[in-house]
Amino acid sequence: MRYLPLTEADRGAMLSTIGVDSVDALFSELPTGDLSFDLPDHQGELEVEQALTAFARENISCADAPSFLGAGNYRHHTPASLDYLIQRGEFLTAYTPYQPEISQGTLQTIFEFQTQVALMTDMEVANASMYDGATGCAEAAAMACRVTKRNKILVSGGVHAHYRDVTQTQLKHIGLTIECLAPDPIGIEDLIGRIDDDLACVVVQNPGFFGHLVDLSPLAEECHSHGVLLVVCVAEPVSLGLVTAPGTMGADIVVGEGQSLAGPASFGGPGVGLFATREKFIRQMPGRLCGETTDEDGRRGFVLTLSTREQHIRREKATSNICTNSGLIALAFSIHVTLLGEAGFTKLAAINHANAVTLAERVGVLAGVKVVPQNFFNEFAVTLPKPAADVVDELAVKGILAGVPASRFYPQYEELSNVLLVAATEMTTEACVDALVAGLKKVL
Amino acid sequence: MTNVRYTKDHEWISVDDDVATVGITDYAQSQLGDIVFVEVPEGGKSVSKGVEAAVVESVKAASEVYAPATGTVTEGNGALGDAPDTVNTDPAGEGWFFKMTLADAAEIDGLMDQAAYDTYLKELDA
Amino acid sequence: MTNPNQKNVADASQTVSGHRGLSFEEAIIFEIDTPGSSAVDLPEPEHDRDRLGGLRRRGGVGLPGLSEPDVVRHYTRLSQKNYSIDSGFYPLGSCTMKHNPRLNEKMARLPGLADIHPFQPASTAQGAYRLMDTLAHWLKELTGLPAIALSPAAGAHGELCGLMCIRAALQASGDARSVVLVPESAHGTNPATAAICGYAVESIPGNGNGRVDLNALKERLGPDVAAVMITNPNTCGLFETEAKEIADAVHTAGAYFYMDGANFNAIVGRVTLAELGVDAMHINLHKTFSTPHGGGGPGAGPTVLSEALAAFAPVPFVVHGPRGLAMAEHAGQGEAQHSFGRMKGFQGQFGVFVRAVAYMMSFGKDGLRQVSGDAVLNANYLRVRLSEELTASYDGICMHEALFDDRFLKDTGITTLDFAKAMIDEGFHPPTMYFPLVVHGALLMEPTETESKATLDQFCESVLALARKAKRGDAVDDFKNAPVLTPRRRLDETQAARKPVLRWKPVPMPQAAE
Repeated sequence: MRYLPLTEADRGAMLSTIGVDSVDALFSELPTGDLSFDLPDHQGELEVEQALTAFARENISCADAPSFLGAGNYRHHTPASLDYLIQRGEFLTAYTPYQPEISQGTLQTIFEFQTQVALMTDMEVANASMYDGATGCAEAAAMACRVTKRNKILVSGGVHAHYRDVTQTQLKHIGLTIECLAPDPIGIEDLIGRIDDDLACVVVQNPGFFGHLVDLSPLAEECHSHGVLLVVCVAEPVSLGLVTAPGTMGADIVVGEGQSLAGPASFGGPGVGLFATREKFIRQMPGRLCGETTDEDGRRGFVLTLSTREQHIRREKATSNICTNSGLIALAFSIHVTLLGEAGFTKLAAINHANAVTLAERVGVLAGVKVVPQNFFNEFAVTLPKPAADVVDELAVKGILAGVPASRFYPQYEELSNVLLVAATEMTTEACVDALVAGLKKVL
Repeated sequence: MTNVRYTKDHEWISVDDDVATVGITDYAQSQLGDIVFVEVPEGGKSVSKGVEAAVVESVKAASEVYAPATGTVTEGNGALGDAPDTVNTDPAGEGWFFKMTLADAAEIDGLMDQAAYDTYLKELDA
Repeated sequence: MTNPNQKNVADASQTVSGHRGLSFEEAIIFEIDTPGSSAVDLPEPEHDRDRLGGLRRRGGVGLPGLSEPDVVRHYTRLSQKNYSIDSGFYPLGSCTMKHNPRLNEKMARLPGLADIHPFQPASTAQGAYRLMDTLAHWLKELTGLPAIALSPAAGAHGELCGLMCIRAALQASGDARSVVLVPESAHGTNPATAAICGYAVESIPGNGNGRVDLNALKERLGPDVAAVMITNPNTCGLFETEAKEIADAVHTAGAYFYMDGANFNAIVGRVTLAELGVDAMHINLHKTFSTPHGGGGPGAGPTVLSEALAAFAPVPFVVHGPRGLAMAEHAGQGEAQHSFGRMKGFQGQFGVFVRAVAYMMSFGKDGLRQVSGDAVLNANYLRVRLSEELTASYDGICMHEALFDDRFLKDTGITTLDFAKAMIDEGFHPPTMYFPLVVHGALLMEPTETESKATLDQFCESVLALARKAKRGDAVDDFKNAPVLTPRRRLDETQAARKPVLRWKPVPMPQAAE
């Protein structure tokens, strides 16, 4: 067995040191029972590779088809050095930096990540990561309730359906009231009129699930005049290179999904939850935090800090039960942002927007097709003259991944059946758009 | 005159006329180690005997500070926010947590006096 | 007395550059900023027509600019400041730091598994669904439980999944219960999870042999208890021999038995959970099935469920339909009629699933039995050899980890922390310290099955020598000063917590004289 170093001779010598006859004797306390597993025996590297490759071949890779898929998960180019660096064993095979003297590499990268996320969202502090955007959203809503000592949460219909669902699920047993507004493809819901003194927070997404870009400043102002926190979700962090940051518009907590900058979609996971807030709220934050300090020789170094918020110390009174987070994906996110730098990050965002504008112009003129949002970043909803799910299936047969039908999230809303979400990134070439336009012309 | 009493959870309460001051004992601070954060109640808050009234944290531990008596907080020691280490250096003095009025002044008679607390500490060490 | 190592450090730190041979000092990216630089060459946008509605970001983001060589060197140097499994022995108890095969990484990067989107039409992602179905089959077989939720993102998330299922099942039968019982030796996530699920948490004492006190548990069970959460093998590294009796008592009281599977590595292939009366258990794929820990994550915490809980599993899950495999994505509909909801965005930690499947296929059912065998053999070897100088907390055979306490350091003036830090200078990652809380000054050592006897022997010789040195009493300062051979010496955690500095900020420019 290639991953097991012990030889039979080793085992024999070790058993005699321990004073038992066999390895099985070490398990004598376990109950005996049926261990006839319906599973194969071990296989060599070649056989495993063949088996996994067979799974892969049954999928259409987004690399092999024009893809307009988004809805919270975006396909971007990642530089080769990014994947090389995160595969360095010292990053890949280390664990949580519990021993700071031998974990300064991980700790400094977390410190840099926290700084990058704070700058990108224009917030004061960020944590070391959550599982993903959706769970981060739930944690943000719970944190807002702790900060405000209120228990009512209002979720906009422009928030990603999965973020909304996870928030509802995760918070349903702790005495909170969560009001989720109906999906809002047109972008007309009135949040300001719903703010009152009982509310802990309003959760919105910008750009919204259907693509809308909204100036959140008036909402933030109304929230703050009632002691309500504004939680802003960012499902596409590339937008932060071009669009006014949530912090600038008055957000109190910003959560996001970092996958789009961290690497491939990987069928939606693992991603990385971004979580940023204002300094005055840090003791109510969930998740790990890395802080700067000095060592015994007075040299700058980093440690995990403010741990008394966390489950391993506070147990049932912790701010969250999270332990393992998304460290490696956070590192990938951070390395990509470092590679891009200010100039690259803002340019990448500009390219994404320009390609999306082009896409809107090209599909918006097709008969019966209407681009819904006036303002958007790299994704927007369109209405089609027939059910979007059918269009997607018909185009998939032609090798085009045309986007995500809104009905996938909202099957119960008849009025959304013709709504399709389409995204464009720097990977969306003119040929991709030509293919989609030609395909739509055929199936509509 | 000042009357100082102690709880089994290592809080002290010092009653001077009608105002009582509450803090944690030298033994408590030494057990906690370097104190990094203190959360004290604001004036006006009602507290009940034996119920959590403040929080004190070291790097690796968080502890509740229980009110030694029932009453109303008149003032929290805001200075501890910027200088939590005062609890280490002067737990019986500048490191106080909050001041309060007592609902029933006789309530603290049930707590330990200095001699009883000293004996209690000796038992803990034994 | 002076420590010769310390002297070397002092001398070396006087280099002009600050580097010390192969040990490089490395600034924060914001301090090596060359404004305008980028490591990525991007074309100009094709046009500048915008539909931002006036929401264009003003002012810069504030990110530094670096070239590709700068970036590669930065992260390479930082990586070299990390201890990792690839570089050395990492016996961090309860974390199962085993070798991470690179085959798994290669498989997770196949374009047909990496470059696929969670919302592709099902017809274009049958391989992904089939891989998830395969993982589900393996985990159900290995545990003997009939159902599984794949989507939890980590162990604590799996605990929440299990408790949410239990809560949903109780609600469905109109049985409101308010308390979850957790042994005092439990990992902090157990009580934290129970609290998030809306339960009051009560602690169950141990029995003196490092196991749950069955009588105390029975005494506390009642109509208000919803579930009991028990880690098995437990955090003392011991098998809960009365697990079945516990399960029976729990079920008789109308409650559910949650088993924390953090330590499944010790028993994989050797017992089924059906045998132990378990209703729900999470499996940390990043532990037992060797997906890389990545400096803190990601993990995955698929949760197996008994028949009684199966109907309440969270969405999404794979279902077999007329057009192949499909995903049940909506709670309250179809096969997810009774699902308690959604816990995670998209389809779970798919990239972690791929690695785990590659690992399980590599070992097969025969190999996985050898995995637990060697893991437990290695732990017992450490326990016996180190007991020559250290104090094992419990007598007898342990499972995958050996628990020691600090009695062997009594009256030496040296603490568990000091001793652990001295192990760092010997080139080993310290064990888990001060956990579990039920023994004083704990050192919890989990060697895993992927360490050779030679590595274990070298570790034992180092640790035994350190213990003898500690007991001699003439080198206390060496322990207090340790580690000295690391990129940084002990860090001031008090300062970090009193005045938190959680991000880099530019140093204010001195005002120029007018």
